[in-house]
Amino acid sequence: MNRHVISLLVDNHAGVLTRVSSLFGRRGYNIDSLTVSATNNPAISRITIVVHVDDETELQQIILQSANLQETQQVFALDISHSLLRELLLIKVQADVTNRTELKEICSIYKAKIIDLSPDSMVFELTGEPEKIDAFLKMLAGYKILEMCRTGITALERGGAHGHVQQQ
Amino acid sequence: MMLTGAQIFVRVLIEQGVDTMFGYPGGSVLNLYDELYKAQDQITHIMTAHEQGAAHAADGYARATGRTGVVLATSGPGATNLVTGIATAYMDSVPMVAFTGNVGTNLIGKDSFQEVYITGITMPITKHNFVVRHVEELADTMREAFRIAQTGRKGPVLVDIPKDVTSARAEYTPAPAFRPAPPSTEYDPIAVRQAAEIINRAKRPIIYFGGGTHTNGGRTYLQELIHKADIPATHTLMAAGVLSYGDPMNLGILGMHGNFTSNKAVDEADVVVAIGTRFSDRVALNTKSFAHNATIVQIDIDPAEVSKNVPVGHSVVGDAAVILSAMLPYIQPARHEEWWAQIHEWQANDFHPQDHDDRMMPHQIIGTCCELAGPDAVYVTDVGQHQMWAAQYIKHVKERGFLTSGGLGTMGFGYGAALGAQAALGRETPVVMMTGDGSFHMNMNEACTAVSYNLPVVTVIFNNQVLGMVRQWQTAFYGKRYSSTDPHRQTNYVKVAEGFGLKGYHCENLEQFKAAFAEALASHKPAWIECVINKDEKVLPMIPAGGTIEDMMMS
Repeated sequence: MNRHVISLLVDNHAGVLTRVSSLFGRRGYNIDSLTVSATNNPAISRITIVVHVDDETELQQIILQSANLQETQQVFALDISHSLLRELLLIKVQADVTNRTELKEICSIYKAKIIDLSPDSMVFELTGEPEKIDAFLKMLAGYKILEMCRTGITALERGGAHGHVQQQ
Repeated sequence: MMLTGAQIFVRVLIEQGVDTMFGYPGGSVLNLYDELYKAQDQITHIMTAHEQGAAHAADGYARATGRTGVVLATSGPGATNLVTGIATAYMDSVPMVAFTGNVGTNLIGKDSFQEVYITGITMPITKHNFVVRHVEELADTMREAFRIAQTGRKGPVLVDIPKDVTSARAEYTPAPAFRPAPPSTEYDPIAVRQAAEIINRAKRPIIYFGGGTHTNGGRTYLQELIHKADIPATHTLMAAGVLSYGDPMNLGILGMHGNFTSNKAVDEADVVVAIGTRFSDRVALNTKSFAHNATIVQIDIDPAEVSKNVPVGHSVVGDAAVILSAMLPYIQPARHEEWWAQIHEWQANDFHPQDHDDRMMPHQIIGTCCELAGPDAVYVTDVGQHQMWAAQYIKHVKERGFLTSGGLGTMGFGYGAALGAQAALGRETPVVMMTGDGSFHMNMNEACTAVSYNLPVVTVIFNNQVLGMVRQWQTAFYGKRYSSTDPHRQTNYVKVAEGFGLKGYHCENLEQFKAAFAEALASHKPAWIECVINKDEKVLPMIPAGGTIEDMMMS
């Protein structure tokens, strides 16, 4: 199973996300993460989907079936080695005077921000590659995590304009 | 000019070339029906007994003509009753536009009377669907629906129109009808040449073609290719009639109930050229072993079909006729005598149905129909044993002359579809609906529509008293435990027919059937002909689901 990141540029209409997720559900493609975001063109949204697939054929199927949706303008797989993948983490950890300092230390090594502090908890914010977030979470595994959320991956390719991304 | 939504609705239908449509009125479409009343001389609206029948009728209309079928239903149950019909059209790539009324926009989302979220329900069974929230968007949304239905791989589109949109006013500017652009001439010329090279090198080639060859010129180019390169051809259920029955190059149907020769030839071929077909599990029963000795060349209009079910060695994306015509100049004339000798040997030993003196056999009933109805006849089926017999034994000569629910396998499809075909083709074209007693019980209520509009569909009911196809599987795979397939129905078809106001016949032998069928055809009125057949009659040959040619059952 290989991880792939697919970018869909779709019409910014109500219900587009439902169509995309309905297609994935109906065809049995399993989504690891999905983000929807605005683009520089207000008429277009970008959906970034991370999937695990068995082989190239399955990836091609996902791309081609997504392309068949009327509201899909473009769809392409990102070459992960030449792409910038970012994810945002918010995590609330139980913390008091006894462990606040060590948590702060971990936080500074990972360049996470402390965005909330209370007598018995701390909230960290971390942006980075999914692997970095995984590593940070591993470091926090020994603490009592009260709540957390990850946004899922959003991604762009490195370098200048790409042939497969037509200017909107 | 300023018009109401309902007036715009009718104007756009006329503008898009709609002269016949099917539907059923109701509360949320009253404004639309009021305008249709005023436009009766331009649009014939056929009201069916049930919205499902209307959806199948629009589908049958489209299958028989290639034009977009149009159906209209009210909100809530009217809309949900279309669902099976829309799914049927979707699975077989039939161009159709379904309009549904909905409650007013101020009532949407409040569980109002006869409110249903039909665009959500039909999302996976339409190419696309729309809710028209503002009357200003109505005309262009309808035009877009007609465009999508007919563009690329065809299919159904649904447009949901809230009631207040039909009464609100907007400026209407006429626009020309959507005419499908000539199928895209954009294709990959290198892929076309490579495909030709693979075909030229073949020693044991076979063409396997499907419903995608029902395209302008598909038949002509297919024939040219077959004769130039001397390639035998086999087809799917959806492509019956694209090549004529009598054509010696046409090996007939492939797959679960295909003949031995077709299945064997695909199994042994070194090159399989798949044209406008999707390797369904009723053809490529076992995707691992399907055409396992062959390089597969796939030609299809939908890029997402390439390698979807069976991995192919080479593919060309485009309209079948366009790709074949581009490929023909690169095809070298060839003769495959050894291969043909082998095929003829298989044919000599293939399954051939036997006549019986003591009972009416399905192939004899079908043979009689073809003899009496002539080459212009259009055949429509329901789903089950009779459908497979019809596919196997009708002497298909006509493109768009065999209308059947292939992908979804919808029992109850036939009557509505036959009425739609008859409405499209006119009363002079014989339309023969073949059905089983099981399928027919699902939607026989459409008899009233046949009578109301005098649509002279001749219905031939293969009555074996049981659900034959399911029962055949129970015989073969479930130790003859006939669970819920032998309902002991006491339906008297002659009386029911008379009750609906049409003529019914009961036939127990071929002589009676010949007389009844001839009389029904000559009457130019709708009729039912019940043919009593043996409940143990099987569809043969048969390859069980997931099986291979080695598993073929001949008896």
